[in-house]
Amino acid sequence: MYNAKIILPVLLVFLGLLTYPLWSQKASAPPVLATPLKGEHCIESKDWMRANHMQLLEQWRHSVVRDQNRDHVATDGQHYNKSLSNTCLDCHQKEQFCDSCHTYASVHPYCWECHFDPKEVNHVH
Amino acid sequence: MSKYVPKMAEMAALMNGQQSLLTGKAPASGWLETPPEFRPGNYCYSAKPEALNGLGLPHPREWDPAEADWKLPENWMQLMRDGMKARLEKNRAFKLFMDVCVRCGACADKCHFFLGTGDPKNMPVMRAELMRSIYRGEFTTAGKILGKLGGARKFTEDAVKEWYMYYYQCTECRRCSVFCPYGIDTAEITMMAREMLHLIGVNINWILKPASDCNRTGNHLGLEPHAFVSSVNSICEDLEDVTGIAIEPSFNRKGAEVLFITPSADAFAVPGMYTMMGYLLLFEHIGLDYTISTYASEGGNFGLFSSNEIMKKLNAKMYHEAERLKVKWILGGECGHMWRVVHQYMGTMNGPADFLEVPKSPITGTVFHNAKATKMVHIAEFTADLIRHKKLKLDPSRNNHRNVTFHDSCNTSRGMGMIEEPRYILNAVTNNFHEMDENCIKEKTFCCGSGSGLNTEEYMDIRMRGGFPRASAVKEVKEKKGVNMLTAICAIDRVALTASMNYWVPGVGVSGLHELVGNALVMEGEKSRTEDLREEDMDVEVKGADAQAAEKEEEKDV
Amino acid sequence: MRILLPFVTTLVLGAAAYFFAQAGAQWFLGVLLPYLAFVVFVVGFSAKILSWAKVPVPFRIQTTCGQAKSLDWIKANELESPHTKLGVVVRMALEVLVFRSLFRNTWTTLKRDEKNGPRLVHESDKSLWLFGLLFHWSFLLIFVRHYRFFLEPVPFFVPILERFDGLFQITLPTFYLTDLLILLGITALFLRRLVDPKVKAISLPADFFPLFLIGAIACTGIAMRYVHKVDITKVKAHIQGLMAFNPGATDLEIGAIFYAHLALVSVLAMYFPFSKLMHMGGVFFSPTRNQTNDSREVRHLNPWNPKMKIRTYAEYEDEFRTKMKSAGLPLDQE
Repeated sequence: MYNAKIILPVLLVFLGLLTYPLWSQKASAPPVLATPLKGEHCIESKDWMRANHMQLLEQWRHSVVRDQNRDHVATDGQHYNKSLSNTCLDCHQKEQFCDSCHTYASVHPYCWECHFDPKEVNHVH
Repeated sequence: MSKYVPKMAEMAALMNGQQSLLTGKAPASGWLETPPEFRPGNYCYSAKPEALNGLGLPHPREWDPAEADWKLPENWMQLMRDGMKARLEKNRAFKLFMDVCVRCGACADKCHFFLGTGDPKNMPVMRAELMRSIYRGEFTTAGKILGKLGGARKFTEDAVKEWYMYYYQCTECRRCSVFCPYGIDTAEITMMAREMLHLIGVNINWILKPASDCNRTGNHLGLEPHAFVSSVNSICEDLEDVTGIAIEPSFNRKGAEVLFITPSADAFAVPGMYTMMGYLLLFEHIGLDYTISTYASEGGNFGLFSSNEIMKKLNAKMYHEAERLKVKWILGGECGHMWRVVHQYMGTMNGPADFLEVPKSPITGTVFHNAKATKMVHIAEFTADLIRHKKLKLDPSRNNHRNVTFHDSCNTSRGMGMIEEPRYILNAVTNNFHEMDENCIKEKTFCCGSGSGLNTEEYMDIRMRGGFPRASAVKEVKEKKGVNMLTAICAIDRVALTASMNYWVPGVGVSGLHELVGNALVMEGEKSRTEDLREEDMDVEVKGADAQAAEKEEEKDV
Repeated sequence: MRILLPFVTTLVLGAAAYFFAQAGAQWFLGVLLPYLAFVVFVVGFSAKILSWAKVPVPFRIQTTCGQAKSLDWIKANELESPHTKLGVVVRMALEVLVFRSLFRNTWTTLKRDEKNGPRLVHESDKSLWLFGLLFHWSFLLIFVRHYRFFLEPVPFFVPILERFDGLFQITLPTFYLTDLLILLGITALFLRRLVDPKVKAISLPADFFPLFLIGAIACTGIAMRYVHKVDITKVKAHIQGLMAFNPGATDLEIGAIFYAHLALVSVLAMYFPFSKLMHMGGVFFSPTRNQTNDSREVRHLNPWNPKMKIRTYAEYEDEFRTKMKSAGLPLDQE
């Protein structure tokens, strides 16, 4: 082997970086979500909501802001008020529910820039 | 000019009318299905048995590339396979270049042979694929399984013929390597191919004959010692006729400070001999204590174009002679491939040169640290230093009849990084220096078209095509700036470019750098003259010692 | 055929993974295949690197692309013709990070001229450099972004990167610039292999396959993010299970598109060490770029420097003694 003094350390560092996630961490459990404060079921199935809630919320935002339409009819025919603060957060808790997955998967929705505490919206420009 | 190439007008028409890959036309058949076609002008003659015997190379025989039967040794395939395997294990560059090419095509239009022929196999990437396809087919599992689909093939006689054609249609100029994102150096691949072809006795005469002669007589031209001496002496006579300066260089003199080695072409014929005159005048001007060797009378090294073993064998003479003559260091003349060998191989192959001293200019006291180990200095470095220290009496107006442009030699620019020294000298010895298109100079310079041992008559068609990119750039500065002299620091250039300028750009001459230095040098005791070293009319009149004396006489009379 | 075959292969691979995931082969696609691919990649990559390391660099052959260090008063170009190790490091960094050599690229055309003869015209051409750069940097940034799945807690650099990548804050989930740029890069690199006859002539199936494969990986990834969504907490939990060598403890019921994405990535990883993609490691090895230009100053050693019998001066004098004498040349032995 030639130039081993340069090649081997660099290769080892590369392999070290590549395998870093394998040896650097203990087995981590996925976040356990807090049970909602009330309500018996979500507005759609749990599995569907886990993957697609962001899209639903975006549609809600659009139809509320643009069309002033606050009435959501779910798949099962029930009517809901299109509101993150008043519908979703009525049952779910931001910290123990929303944030736990978002932090786990490094998702940083900008919902909370306005909806952090809807009662004390502070428009500072 | 030559029966091996159409007249320039015909060639121009051919090139204007071509429908090739260069002009955007896809080839009719895939490259694997296109066998090489040998016709007069596009291949070099095979090496004669004497040349092979002179160097102890295997399988000497009479054979003709244009015939179907190449009389290959029976076990040629095994020899090639073993040869390739050995080289893959000995040279990292070779193995790496077989593995990492992504065929991005950045090199495709960088080769002067591609630009001159439009032949797909002259794209550097394709030239390398001629080898790589066999590497894949013979040495990689994926290639063995996938076969043609994986771009792989086995050794065949047709492949050998293809190698012969295209690895002797590469001048190892390394322009492609400048543009390659992985620095793949086609020259390295070509050299491996040529080495392997040597194993089965497939080689060209124009390289091996000089190499063999050089081994025996000391120079490529095969000049025996007395002939070499008389050749240099006759140059000295011509020089005295023109300048009135009598110079008697010493040969094989022990105890000289410097051993001067230049390509033998400089000592023999035009236009190199004018460059020789320049060296001789320069050394006389500064009173250098130097000697020239007849044993090591060759700067160039055709081993570079054959195999590392022959290269080493021929190069070894320089140190051997320097040690015998007990000189302090070696000064090397203007030559491209010579300097590739000196700069990149000599120390490794034949060093350490402990018997020599770190080169120091006896005139300026400058120590050439960059040549600390090899102990060999390029004359452009030496002269640039002299000029910088104002040690030369120069009259650049003596070159006023020359409108000069500079051709960077492939080897000095891309193999050494010698770019500014010659320009510095040119600016000091001429008043009219013009650069060519920036894409054709310095590290992007084009090959003369005949480098790496292809400077042979029977190859004229390909040589003129390969010389076309350089000629095209010269033509531009000729028209725009009135350039009439192409200066180069390479002996092969001086010969090859003379041919290609005569062909493509008549009216442009070719000179060495030190020819122009010699022209501009104001020598003590020189005679009055109106002609330069070529005995061509100058724009200015030189008033020599005789005229000055006459003037004084006149003054006295008055 | 050169194009169709790798294209169909890629499609079949993706579709097969998708179909088998739906048919319940999650264990194979989500556990066995990624482990296998990782092992093949690490072993194959290292073996290739070592295969190069095993071979010596017999000569110090640089490609000098600028003025060498020579006389003190001549300005040397340390980046293009490095004289020091630091210079080499910077030269290599420029080569690896910003594709210095491709930046130089030119495009040469033959201008037909019936009257004055043909001419060559050279123009600067930065297209390959630009698209190559877009593609490679997007690939790298996307790979780094994926560390949100590989590490728990998510490392600090991921949110920073995501922030820049999602600068436009359009769409939900936030649109990533690199997603667009990698597709742009791949498309351009693919098209030039079709449009430029020179590049078309040299292209092998092995040149198209990685483009299609990486393209398919990008497409499945993008689809997973924007269209055919999956539960990414499950994805992360699964990846974390793999990382902790405790697979299968988590819910493998993730959308089939995830398995298609993962399978294609696995194929890429397994293909990598045996293909031209090894240019990733190879670029660092290039002797023409990674050596100092000081061959005359420092003697480079060749481990197999052959012993050669040379023709000595004594032999030469023996053959030519009479002639040398008559020419008045000094002799060692009269």
